Amino acid sequence: MGGMKKPADVDMLKGTLDMLILRTLVMGPAHGHTIAHVIEHTSENVLDVEQGSLYPALHRLEDRGWVSSYWGASENNRKAKFYQLTAAGRKQLVAEAGRWRQIVEAIGRVMGESLD
Amino acid sequence: MSLGKFFSRRKRDTEFAREIETHIAHEIDENIARGVSPEEARRQAYLKFGSARRVREEEWEFNTLRVFDDLWRDFRYSARTLWRTPAFALVAVIVMALGIGANTALFTVVRSVLLTPLPFKDPDRLIQLYEKSADNRHLYNYVAGGMYAAWKKQSPGIEQMGAYGLRTVNLSDSGGELPERAQWADGSWDLFTTLGVAPEIGRFFTASEDSPQGAPTVILTHSLWERRYGGDRNIAGKTIQLNSHPYTVIGVLPASFVYPDPHVQLWTALYHEEDPHQVQRVDVHNYFVVARLRPGVTLAQALSEVDTATKRVHMNHPTPFTSSSANARTLLDGVVHDAKTQLYILLAATTCVLLIACLNVANLLVARSASRRKEISIRASLGGSRIRLLREQVTESLVLALAAGAAGLPLAWMGTQWLIHSRPDLARVDAIHFDGTVLLFGLGMVALSGMLAGLVPGASFLRGPLLESLQETSRTNSSGSSSARLRKILLAVEVAFTVVLLTTAGLLLKSYQKLRSLDLGCETRNVLTMQFSLPDVQYDTSARKSAFFSVLLDRLHTMPGVKAAGLATSLPGQGYGGDASFSIPEHPAGTQTGLNAMIRAVDPGYFQAIGIPLLSGRAFEDRERLQAGLSTVIVNQSLARLYFPNENPLGKHIRTNIVGDANFEIVGVVGDTLWNLTEPKGPTMYFSILSGEWWWSSIAVRSDQDVSGLALPVQKLIAQLDPNLPISDVLTMEQSIGKSTLDANFTSMLVLAFAVIALLLAAVGLYGVLSYLATQRTSEIGIRIALGAQRSSVVRLLLFDGLTPAWIGLVLGLVGSGFTVQLIRNMLYGAQPLDWTIFTAVAALLLLVAATACAIPAWRASRLDPVQALRME
Repeated sequence: MGGMKKPADVDMLKGTLDMLILRTLVMGPAHGHTIAHVIEHTSENVLDVEQGSLYPALHRLEDRGWVSSYWGASENNRKAKFYQLTAAGRKQLVAEAGRWRQIVEAIGRVMGESLD
Repeated sequence: MSLGKFFSRRKRDTEFAREIETHIAHEIDENIARGVSPEEARRQAYLKFGSARRVREEEWEFNTLRVFDDLWRDFRYSARTLWRTPAFALVAVIVMALGIGANTALFTVVRSVLLTPLPFKDPDRLIQLYEKSADNRHLYNYVAGGMYAAWKKQSPGIEQMGAYGLRTVNLSDSGGELPERAQWADGSWDLFTTLGVAPEIGRFFTASEDSPQGAPTVILTHSLWERRYGGDRNIAGKTIQLNSHPYTVIGVLPASFVYPDPHVQLWTALYHEEDPHQVQRVDVHNYFVVARLRPGVTLAQALSEVDTATKRVHMNHPTPFTSSSANARTLLDGVVHDAKTQLYILLAATTCVLLIACLNVANLLVARSASRRKEISIRASLGGSRIRLLREQVTESLVLALAAGAAGLPLAWMGTQWLIHSRPDLARVDAIHFDGTVLLFGLGMVALSGMLAGLVPGASFLRGPLLESLQETSRTNSSGSSSARLRKILLAVEVAFTVVLLTTAGLLLKSYQKLRSLDLGCETRNVLTMQFSLPDVQYDTSARKSAFFSVLLDRLHTMPGVKAAGLATSLPGQGYGGDASFSIPEHPAGTQTGLNAMIRAVDPGYFQAIGIPLLSGRAFEDRERLQAGLSTVIVNQSLARLYFPNENPLGKHIRTNIVGDANFEIVGVVGDTLWNLTEPKGPTMYFSILSGEWWWSSIAVRSDQDVSGLALPVQKLIAQLDPNLPISDVLTMEQSIGKSTLDANFTSMLVLAFAVIALLLAAVGLYGVLSYLATQRTSEIGIRIALGAQRSSVVRLLLFDGLTPAWIGLVLGLVGSGFTVQLIRNMLYGAQPLDWTIFTAVAALLLLVAATACAIPAWRASRLDPVQALRME
């Protein structure tokens, strides 16, 4: 039977998470745990990645061909699944980052005006 | 959602589980590095990750196609249910596999033979034209050359017309291959353009080659070209010998050209081959005519034009043998003619078997769903949807049908191969092949039978209160009455179909038996036959031909193991063999119109050798050779009765044009023989073959023991006499009769086989229903017996219950047969469609089988121990 339906606002977050993951992978291949940590640390623990949703997002990105994966040895010698940015993923990241900036600027303008 | 993901979701899930494991391991490492105790590190790591199972399940769901998932679940559920009752599953699968296999095989044949268009250009515009004999005995008669010429001029609705005739020829060449006798056709130059074929190599005849003055030319069929000439692409222009005459090969036909049948090996030009006088005559019927309709013209329009032309010819030449009307059918019908009825009968029979098989499986499923009534009712009352229950039922029968298809389709393929091998004479047998369409048809049959077998029992889920059965206990004697009624109806229908099949098979079999027991009018046991034909180059005079026949006879008579030997241009059962019109000089001239008799040429010892009784007068004598052999004739009894009623034919004369117009004195009367098993006997004249006027003959050799051992010695003997003379059709008389009754034999045997399968299925069905009813009523019967009922009355009670569907089905089936047999009346020889003996025998057989099938469970029930039966609750 169908799974529990998530609230609608998660969809926007999902898109954001995708972008964050792609951005993280620009620095090189990484496995899920590293990705989560990098996002948390660079955001200075503001963005707390829900680890359960990280993996479905990674798998989704892989299905779309934006990342590719391989099994390799991690820094402490565990077998881990590494994710790597593909050419298409890089393009997608540029597009999403552009759109993100537009939205942020637009929201900023709106918020700035209303605060006046 | 991709199917790939759906089918790989198990693999993806395992990988995901490992990924999660690694993640948590990393988290624990990190926590430990921060100085937390391992215990606490593990706890925190799991806490932080959340429910791994939930994430996995979500992803699993995400990768799942609902419909597929449900189907797959139903499928596994059905497969498991069926696996628990292997006997039931096996019976159902075998039954359906037989039905699907037989039906698909027949469909393959019907499609290839009857439905695939002929491999010609615009085949739907091609028709075949015939003469219709005045007495309507030959609806599709050969066409006379003069008639064909008249049609060509007087039928504006026909774009083009061509004609051909069939004959056999001795084929030899300088290539070192053995000489052989080949089937040969001579076609008019416009035949191939009418059909719209192009040669594979070379060209077809020109109009000037298709004339008596033209150069001798020949066109090879693809199969002969490959077989005898190794597919030589430079064959055009080479010379081969036909009947010892040189012919130039001008072309090769494409492989797709298998017309009019696969036996024809070569084509020569019609007007070059035929006697120029004969081919102009309007009353000598020798040819087949093919025509191409102009676009927009119907067959009926063309036929009326040709018919008018025929009537005009008849008015100008009012001889008794000039036809006064014409006939036409599509070229495809002309090619397949007899095969059509046969194949449709067989297709109908296999469809019947498939239907019966489905009904039987439906019946078995009803029984099972009845025994699961309580489970179903509980599920329904707990909110299970009825559609879902129905779906489960249909899935179950579909699983059965799929398994049956998996077994049945290879069976169909084997059946088709078997049919091709056992019936090489079938029209267009070369076109039969198994392909994607056939496979699709087979799958369609699988789906249909699965639906049919599942929907019938499943339909009861859709109506009626399901809850009621919860309240039923086995002590209420009405238990499961509605499903029992359904089963009885199914059974009655099944029995009805079986009866139709049985009567049809019975009639066909009876007709075949009649055919086989026919008296040919001569000895048929231990008789070996073969044919040859003397080429007119080496045997150019009557003396040479006569001498060959004489020497051959002498050698045959002295051969060890040979009891008697004779020569005849055509043996009994070997076909029409030609005819001639005649007059009787002793009778007044005005009374004689349309006197006509078949012609045979035989040697002096022939009648005695083959056992044709000499009724009066004498046989030919050895001195009646060459010119001396051209003054006497022997007639058969039919001729004597028909043309010399109330007078002695001996000493009378027959005037006929065999070798110039001449009188022949009747010196003997012999018994009648059949020229074809299914045709009435007719007047026949025998002449002396030693006159040397005939150049072909059949040999009949009789022996005391099995005669097939003589085949080789006789062939060797002929090779000693003339090493270049090919021999053909080496068969025992019984084989040659068997060949001519192959059709009847084949169809009746197959229909009989299907009928037996149907009967078995019906018996299984009856047995099943009654066993089920008896089990249902165990406690009721227990009470009856405990209260003092006679065991015999219990048997009677149950038998009555079980036999009701049988006799209802029987009556329905007999009525149905009454209609069905009308459809096959054309195939029956010497048997009436409404043959009461067959109908009675079928009814008796069916009741006997039904009674036996019912007696076992009834007898078992009557031996119930009442105490046991009542305790079973």
